[in-house]
Amino acid sequence: MGNLKFLTNGLIRENPSFVLVLGTCPALAVTTSGINGLGMGVATTFVLLCSNTIISLLKNLIPDKVRIAAFIVVIATFVTIVDLVMKAYTPDLYKALGIFIPLIVVNCIILGRAEAFAQKNSVWPALLDGLGMGLGFTLALTIMGSIREILGNGSIFNIRLLNESASTILLFVLPPGAFVTYGLLIAIMNKIKTKLNL
Amino acid sequence: MEYILIIISAVLVNNVVLVQFLGICPFLGVSGKIDTSLGMGAAVIFVMSLANLVTYLIQAFVLTPLHIEFMQTITFIFVIAFLVQVVEIILKKTAPSLYQALGIYLPLITTNCAVLGTAILAIQKDLNLVMSVVYAASIAIGFTLALTLMAGIREQLALAETPKGMKGFPLSLITAGLLSLAFMGFAGIVK
Repeated sequence: MGNLKFLTNGLIRENPSFVLVLGTCPALAVTTSGINGLGMGVATTFVLLCSNTIISLLKNLIPDKVRIAAFIVVIATFVTIVDLVMKAYTPDLYKALGIFIPLIVVNCIILGRAEAFAQKNSVWPALLDGLGMGLGFTLALTIMGSIREILGNGSIFNIRLLNESASTILLFVLPPGAFVTYGLLIAIMNKIKTKLNL
Repeated sequence: MEYILIIISAVLVNNVVLVQFLGICPFLGVSGKIDTSLGMGAAVIFVMSLANLVTYLIQAFVLTPLHIEFMQTITFIFVIAFLVQVVEIILKKTAPSLYQALGIYLPLITTNCAVLGTAILAIQKDLNLVMSVVYAASIAIGFTLALTLMAGIREQLALAETPKGMKGFPLSLITAGLLSLAFMGFAGIVK
């Protein structure tokens, strides 16, 4: 039961996208639709879960001076695995996410959790923390992707809500829409946090 | 002519920060003052051009001949981290005044996803060596442009009264959205 808080921590109270504001590049770039946001979230969650677990297991073996380099090797390994798996099984999603799959390596959430959490804790909390943070990131990206898809394209998860000819606010699937949506979502999150006194 | 197109495309039409969403972290983090954003920009131009030069050579002479292209991500991130360290040490010894100016921004560049992103994009676009370096330098100039514009706006915004919930990131992001909207005006100049 005590471990459960590691899992829920990343979902809302320390949501990596809305509260910590880390990993902003993929959050802005790939959220043109709900499915892209979800795909990116799941890929990142996998890497985060694996890297947190491995780094926590290896924490006594890694010399302190070269720890960042060692973390990056671990992370890059899992990113390469994700890259190859997605290329083979989800070619459409792979194409849509493009350059941002190899760039999971430099997602600051992953290195941040390795440095701030995994190397100081035992395996089980580290694993849960990775999963929680990953799910929080996935949740944020899916919400953002869905909002932008509904407003900009009139559909959600590729299911059409409006007919093809209906005029939508195209701006929301274009780059400026990403910045505006993200900014407003963080503002709403701030408001909710002060209201609930979290 | 081809070079001019690459430069215009990378600086304005496909601006790395505002259109391609690479390097958002330093864009939001270091854009508080015009001086610091120029320093950061100079460091990025330097490292990015160098990084593209080295990664191109590694891709052409090591990864492709050995058929280990899947090692690209791991190799490149290491090369960039290594380069940043080397540049830092060399500058410290040979050009202390430049080191003083760029010093604090150099280590931050390792985590700038624009550097790794540009290296990978240049390989994907099949650019030759010279073009790859020109491309990287233009991308970095575009980064500096966006950063400096943003810093100019934020210096003014700091004086404005804003609702409590909008302070900090939300306001910066919406400002960036407006900047991005302005950059959309360049779309269509180059394909």
